[in-house]
Amino acid sequence: MYKAIGKNIQRKEAWDKVTGKARYTDDLPETGILSARLLTSKYAHARILHIDISEALALNGVKSVLTGSDCPELFGPLVLDRPALARDVVRYAGEPVAMVVAKDEPTAEQAVRLIKVEYEQLPVILTPLQALADGAYLIHSKTNGYRKVSTDIYPEAGTNIASRYRMRKGDIKEAFDRCEFIVRQRFFLPPSDHLAMEVRTARAEISSEGTVLITTSSQSPYAVQNQISKAFLIPSGQIHVHVPFVGGGFGGKAPVTLEILAVLASRSVGGKAVRVTIPREQDMVSAPCRIGLEADIRIGANKEGIIQAMELTYFLDCGAYTDISPYMTKAIAVDCTGPYHVENLSCDALCVYTNHTYATSYRSFARESCTFCIERAMDMLARKCALDPLELRIKNAIRPGSLTPSQVLCTPSLTGDLTQCLNKVKLLSEWDGGNALTIKQDTVRAKGIACLWKTETPPTDAVSGALITFNPDGSVNLITGVVEMGSGGQTHLAQILAEKLRIDPKQVHVVMEVDTRAAPKHWKTVASMTEYMAGHAVVRASDDMIEQLRINGAQALGCPAEEIEVANGRVYSRKNPENFIAFKDIVHGYKAPDGSSIGEPVLGRGGFMLKGLTALDPQTGKGKTGPAWTLGAQVVEVEADLKTCTYRIISASTVMDVGRVINPESMRSMVAGGMSMGISMASREAFSYNSEGIPQAPNLRTYKLLHIGQEPDFRVSFVETPESESPYGVRSYSEHGIIGMAAALGNALSAAFGAEFTSLPLTPEKLWRVLSEENT
Amino acid sequence: MVRYDGKTVVSLNVNNETHEVAARPSDLLLDVLREQLGLTAAKPGCKNGDCGACTVMVDGWPAKSCLMLAVEAQGHAIVTVEGLGGTAAVQKAFVEANAFQCGYCTSGFLMVCQALKTQHPAMPEEYVIEEWLQSNLCRCTGYQEIRKAVHMMYDMT
Ligand code: FES
Ligand code: FES
Repeated sequence: MYKAIGKNIQRKEAWDKVTGKARYTDDLPETGILSARLLTSKYAHARILHIDISEALALNGVKSVLTGSDCPELFGPLVLDRPALARDVVRYAGEPVAMVVAKDEPTAEQAVRLIKVEYEQLPVILTPLQALADGAYLIHSKTNGYRKVSTDIYPEAGTNIASRYRMRKGDIKEAFDRCEFIVRQRFFLPPSDHLAMEVRTARAEISSEGTVLITTSSQSPYAVQNQISKAFLIPSGQIHVHVPFVGGGFGGKAPVTLEILAVLASRSVGGKAVRVTIPREQDMVSAPCRIGLEADIRIGANKEGIIQAMELTYFLDCGAYTDISPYMTKAIAVDCTGPYHVENLSCDALCVYTNHTYATSYRSFARESCTFCIERAMDMLARKCALDPLELRIKNAIRPGSLTPSQVLCTPSLTGDLTQCLNKVKLLSEWDGGNALTIKQDTVRAKGIACLWKTETPPTDAVSGALITFNPDGSVNLITGVVEMGSGGQTHLAQILAEKLRIDPKQVHVVMEVDTRAAPKHWKTVASMTEYMAGHAVVRASDDMIEQLRINGAQALGCPAEEIEVANGRVYSRKNPENFIAFKDIVHGYKAPDGSSIGEPVLGRGGFMLKGLTALDPQTGKGKTGPAWTLGAQVVEVEADLKTCTYRIISASTVMDVGRVINPESMRSMVAGGMSMGISMASREAFSYNSEGIPQAPNLRTYKLLHIGQEPDFRVSFVETPESESPYGVRSYSEHGIIGMAAALGNALSAAFGAEFTSLPLTPEKLWRVLSEENT
Repeated sequence: MVRYDGKTVVSLNVNNETHEVAARPSDLLLDVLREQLGLTAAKPGCKNGDCGACTVMVDGWPAKSCLMLAVEAQGHAIVTVEGLGGTAAVQKAFVEANAFQCGYCTSGFLMVCQALKTQHPAMPEEYVIEEWLQSNLCRCTGYQEIRKAVHMMYDMT
């Protein structure tokens, strides 16, 4: 019987968040701090001929003005291709060109407007296919001339290809030849944005002895430390990063961006504290966004509808700089087929530069995009085979014994049970075959289904750690490098700790803020890996602690350590549970009745490093990038007005194999949140660029997000096939609600309107255009 | 363009206390609350009236404090989340209903809900709740939990 695992434990920080006491980066006191503001490029691609900062510098209250020439360093997590401030060339509209540091924000704003930049426009490339065309302008004159941080990035000289990954299995030519049904389709997904409600912001200050203190809204405090250290040649021990509460990340706060500018700003004013704030509009276009994607999908099946082969080409629009996009390209490649048994496969995934805002990780690391393509194609295949789309998926579901695209052998522990998810979602969503149902004139209801899967693609040597200390009352403090940005991971870690120590989770206090000088390194709070990585570290720290409690207990109780039990806040001998010592009396050593001291203070420590992961073979893609997969099935139900092309989303269902439900309510709400984000993205979100590549009206008034009243009835249910290597068997799940939503919505609408929708977002206008084209 | 840079003393009634602050004519109520009074519950999510994260209550009505100048707020009773004191039904309801994740939108939603209850002491119809809450965005939850919190808030009183 579990004491804490599987229980609905409230978020540890819940009350701080409803009383305004939870402090986010920009909530920290401002007294005396200087303000920095950015001037950004008004062109998507242009040479910078001249920058005149003289008037801005002369403004009263301005402390410094920086341009690209003040910062020769290049940045990036994988390839060093991005300047902090544009030098010589701007490669996307919104790229930071200059920065003003002033006594306050209004002054900085005013000075920004006084900077004059002379540009010479260059050809603009707005889609991956334009970028790949013969003779296309090279966005980076030396695509393969940049320093690579990782070896598995493969830029192609003389092209706009920043990297490419291949998956090869079996013989597709022979397999396609024997197919009865073949679907071939191109898909198009434009870039969109994370839109965490907290705009990115960072602060920096440099002490007199050179310590750089950075406070930032980041998912990656240790990457901030590492990248700033490497770029500015400052020993990492001199860089102290502090992350308070983060107001939503969704991958958008994983890259190191404003932190670099904050350090530059502080350095330019003798180390004084500076905060870099950007308005929402800049957060949307200057800071990294979600990738765009084009894809060519070809699926062949025999007459029973069993998939024989897939040939897939994915073109990722990574925008002007690579950031983490090469790894998103790799991630698409390793999950390229969807969760299906496919013996013959050829997949190329290309990461391509364009003049869009550069992209970064976005909830589910690009799987929301490739899944749209695969799962829409699956529905087209179902129509060709005259099969119920759900049946087609059950027939082809990946199963123990299958090989994944990167040729990892599937086992229940590794890939869970997709068939069970499909059977369960059938009931949950009241699936009725996937046909449109007319409910009154011009109004139909239809459901669409999609499967999801995702493995992780962390660095093969990613680490995590946990420290546990005791309070005098016997309660514990948990310290990790995990950022609290809403996912509830910290609370789940507290549950794991409570379970291990067999104490009430209320007795676990979690240090929410990350301080790189106090908390052990945790790779990044990304990839939904908190429970796996930090969870392992917490388990080890708990074991370490229990061991110490046993030693203290054995000495205090005068019995062998093997007989000692630790539970319910007590230490006792199994043979005599009545004679116990409470934690509070033993955790800081034990004082015997005669005053003599026994044992030592107890301190738990646990470290964890990923093991057994490999790079992918460059030719075949063979390799294992993550510990395991999470699979699931999702259904969206729409009610559509065939005349106006408008629709309402009635319900959205997800069944996911999460391995183990650690906290039913928090996991349910996290999955529903992902579904909501997916519905919002798929139904209305996209940057709209004009022909010159300038994003039009990037603000929350024109770029609409889902609001209350538009949300469907969310139905979430879980399957539990434990992952043997994970603490309590839990799989990653917190991003995954988003993955199949766009596809399921696309499938529902395609069924409702009797047309094939192949691009996002699925706005009424888009539907109308597709339908009018079909009718002409 | 004419610029007014000088500051004047503005007297604000916030959470039942009178505060004197020096503000420029162009200073937003949101910025004055956050930067001068240290009341940081109201958040700047867009400063354009689109997200509602900055919502406070003005004379019992919800107001986006990024759309209100500090000088305009004189003579009005302003309530922020800090003024709810941690015992209001709406706060309990949001915790019980698990109506937030990152929490950044929460202060704004709390104040809209508090104003909703002030104006509609009895639970209004669902469409009224939707109309009121459409002013605010939440990127983390699917709104289901927020809706539930509104119901719980009414049930508690
Ligand atoms: S900050 Fe006021 S509405 Fe967004
Ligand atoms: S809880 Fe994060 S925006 Fe609402």
